Amino acid sequence: MTGQDRHAARSAWVFLTPALLLIAVFFFLPVLAALLLSFTDFDIYALGDLDRLRFVGLRNYLDLLQSPLFWTALGNTFYFVAVGGPLSVAVSLGAALLVNAPLTRCPGFFRAAFFLPVVTTLVAVAVVWRYLYHPRFGLLNYGLGLLGIDPIDWLGDPAWAMPAIILMAVWKNFGFNMIIFIAGLQNIPTQLYEAARIDGASGWRQFRHITLPLLGPTFLFVALMTMIGYFQVFAEPYVMTQGGPANRTLSVVLLMYEEGFRWWNMGYASAAAFVLFLLILAGTALQLRLRRGDSE
Amino acid sequence: MNRLLQRVLPALLVYGLLMLGTVLALAPLLWMLAASLMPPGEATGTPPRVWPSAVTFEHYAALFTRLDLGRYLLNSTLLAGAVTAISLFVNSMAGYAFAKFRFRYRDRLFRTLLAAMVIPAQVAMLPLFLLLKQFGLINTYWGVVIPGMASIFGIFLIRQYLLAIPDSLLDAARMDGAGEFRIYWALVLPLCRPILVTLAIFTFMGAWNDFMWPLIVLTDGSMYTLPVALANLLGEHVQDTELMMAGSVLTVLPVLLLFVALQKYYIAGIMLGGMKG
Amino acid sequence: MAMLPPRLLFIALFALWLAGCDSGADRAVTVEFWAMGQEGEQVRALLPEFERRHPDLRVRVQQIPWSAAHEKLLTAHAGDAMPDVFQLGNTWIPEFVALRAIEPLDERLRGWPAAALSDYFPGILATNRLAGRTYALPWYVDTRLFFYRGDLLAAAGFPEPPTSWDGWLRAMAALKAKGDGTRYAILLPIDEWQLPVILALQRGATLLRDRDQYGNFRDPRFREAFTFYLNLFAQGLAPPVGNTQMANLYRDFASGAFALYISGPWNIGEFGRRLPAAAQPHWNTAPLPEFTHSPSPLAPGKELGARAVGVSLAGGASLALSRTSPRREAAWKLLEFLAEPEQQARFYQLTGDLPARQSAWNDPALTGNRHAQAFREQLQHLRATPPIPEWERIASRIAYYAELAVRQQLNVDEALAALDRDVDRILEKRRWLLSRGLTP
Repeated sequence: MTGQDRHAARSAWVFLTPALLLIAVFFFLPVLAALLLSFTDFDIYALGDLDRLRFVGLRNYLDLLQSPLFWTALGNTFYFVAVGGPLSVAVSLGAALLVNAPLTRCPGFFRAAFFLPVVTTLVAVAVVWRYLYHPRFGLLNYGLGLLGIDPIDWLGDPAWAMPAIILMAVWKNFGFNMIIFIAGLQNIPTQLYEAARIDGASGWRQFRHITLPLLGPTFLFVALMTMIGYFQVFAEPYVMTQGGPANRTLSVVLLMYEEGFRWWNMGYASAAAFVLFLLILAGTALQLRLRRGDSE
Repeated sequence: MNRLLQRVLPALLVYGLLMLGTVLALAPLLWMLAASLMPPGEATGTPPRVWPSAVTFEHYAALFTRLDLGRYLLNSTLLAGAVTAISLFVNSMAGYAFAKFRFRYRDRLFRTLLAAMVIPAQVAMLPLFLLLKQFGLINTYWGVVIPGMASIFGIFLIRQYLLAIPDSLLDAARMDGAGEFRIYWALVLPLCRPILVTLAIFTFMGAWNDFMWPLIVLTDGSMYTLPVALANLLGEHVQDTELMMAGSVLTVLPVLLLFVALQKYYIAGIMLGGMKG
Repeated sequence: MAMLPPRLLFIALFALWLAGCDSGADRAVTVEFWAMGQEGEQVRALLPEFERRHPDLRVRVQQIPWSAAHEKLLTAHAGDAMPDVFQLGNTWIPEFVALRAIEPLDERLRGWPAAALSDYFPGILATNRLAGRTYALPWYVDTRLFFYRGDLLAAAGFPEPPTSWDGWLRAMAALKAKGDGTRYAILLPIDEWQLPVILALQRGATLLRDRDQYGNFRDPRFREAFTFYLNLFAQGLAPPVGNTQMANLYRDFASGAFALYISGPWNIGEFGRRLPAAAQPHWNTAPLPEFTHSPSPLAPGKELGARAVGVSLAGGASLALSRTSPRREAAWKLLEFLAEPEQQARFYQLTGDLPARQSAWNDPALTGNRHAQAFREQLQHLRATPPIPEWERIASRIAYYAELAVRQQLNVDEALAALDRDVDRILEKRRWLLSRGLTP
């Protein structure tokens, strides 16, 4: 190693130190602590007096797997990811295709309009949607009423509460992925489409054989980010339904929040957080493998 | 005729869908604004009103005089501002180091950081609370700011941007005998300006919109940020629809304006993050 | 106005903001007081009088929504950011005692005249005492009883509300028979734990056993009460709906969709405000009926004319002092002030919350409220839930399994066995502590 290299390395570490230190102390350390905590029964007794903390091995995890409430939360979270995720990606792709269509004048305007919900504060718009969903005064039911559809108790009916939350989440999020899709679409060389048109390929065939395959990497990225984000759903049910009705919108993170900060079962809540982490990891690996299989 | 139809129909379809999408995307926001200007009780009439019968600003007045919203507005602005300023500095230094220096473990370290992005923030939240309690930072503004001071995503974004900048520029400065920090401050930062603006908007909006962490860390009502105060307000004034809408408008408006003003940078940032990820 | 550069503006704002944190720091001692929901808003009206009497003291009220109150208090305690005085549900007291968050009041109460403490409803005061020490003072009381439609009951042949389980069943059957099939006799939200627990307590069940170390829900008395509860739904006397599904409670009560409803004092005010004028003369409140073995509506041995009253829950909210507060003397003055019968009566007028001190009930505003009288009677017949920190969690499990059983996803024995299993798991730590001779 030359002296110059050593000098460069030293400078690099100086530049890195603040960020690494912060990330180590305020992220990695807590994550590690959470892992340890998940093997203890940290609860209000322990909070009152640390002598009352016990190491319990895997009991929190076993309790979780035997708890019907956890399975309910897991089921709801999967519902949210499995229905909301693809729906959100599909809407994003549709919006991107529309905005990016050669016919569309001033795409900037539409892009901004579709993007506006993304930058809004979730808590604020959740408040707005609560009123839109109101069974008697809500605009949504009024609109459905005009179409001759009976009022739906969106947030009160166990069957409708999760679809209502998903609808709001898609509205809020689709603009973000739309931007990424637009970037992906713009990277596709226009000559390909021209060649296809000369060959007489229909719009649908062009989409099927040019757009989709070339959008592959973007698609994977969007799908992954959406899945990771949707697994962590919290604020929507917290503000709109508090997990109800009949626990139908209780998500894993909401359960973790309730167990951790409401009942102060920190050990149990940490175990729930780690199970969620493992699920996200598994989901990521699965998606990566599926895509890899696809492209081969 | 047929030919005309063939040309007009797709345009009609595209514009029809675009208009429909625009209406759907903006309707909740427009209704929020309209309802916030309605006299009390009007937003929950049957049939629901879309437009105020008479415009009133009484709810905004009530928010500022009776409910101390100005305080929360200030808290949110300054907290988000502080997080943004500090994290820009910290992340840009780290991103610069990853992009432009060669040192041992660099790539392994960077990969580790990237992999860690999969860990949900909620995992760290419980022990982080206990950690900040040890430092005596619960119910302080620092408690809100600290976890946002460095972000892996920010480091990643800066690094991606700087990779595209030729090393020769920096080497020339080194030849001239400039110190490393001077190069970073006077050369790299100005070069990074577009991505810094992008990152600043991202960070500011993220901090502004953040809900769970301030909810947990801040116990003193006078320190609440806008979203926390709004959720609090909802607990007490759920029947006062128009008042809640005014509160929502005030919470959303600053970030919306920021976005409209700086959308070019913002969207460029998403594309950079999205493409190279 | 000259424009400040943004950076300067930011710094100026920052300085102002920091300065704002210390404003109002004059000589007076400021007592930090957390109160929930509408109490937090209304109690401010009482404070000018307190500050007039104690010119050296100021009170800063922070209003916490009920939905977030429990976790706010816990996080505040964990983060050493507790207020000096705080309101809390009386069933939370054991939890905050276990956390060592509450200052016992016995020393300070020694200065009180003996009559003052016995002025509290005894069943309510008991929930504020733990192992012989008093940790909080009841602020207002809450219990559950009948809200009923007198006209519908009379039309079904029952001029008086029922006083025994049998009479209750017969009245409900008659009400149901009168309806055209779409009407129900009673409304009981299926996601609440209160009614199954009240019925079990009336039946003489103990919810937990062996020093509250194990669930006792498979006990025959609990099982009997639980079966009685489930039968109300199975026989179609009550509709199987939860709290979030009854958007039209007041309209349905006014239209006679059901004639009986078991609820708490807050609904006196709500019914008064929200029921249409035509329904106003027809509704009233009554104490809960009593469990009886005999089919006669009056228990044997009870003298005729004396009304049999079944027990109900000792609920309500209390005020406590934070153990870590450096201003406990000042905080105690505020607690004493809010405990005065006059302030209790004024607080009732502001909020409709029923006073915890019986002498406050002689206030004309209360004696003139015909709907409140049944509460006064019911408040003499109370049982407390087990005074352990785990109670809130146990209660949420009871509600959970009761709902599953009502929806017939589990039968009685499955539900109670699962409940016992969950509760035993929740109480595991308590057993461990007790086995090591520690007080939980």
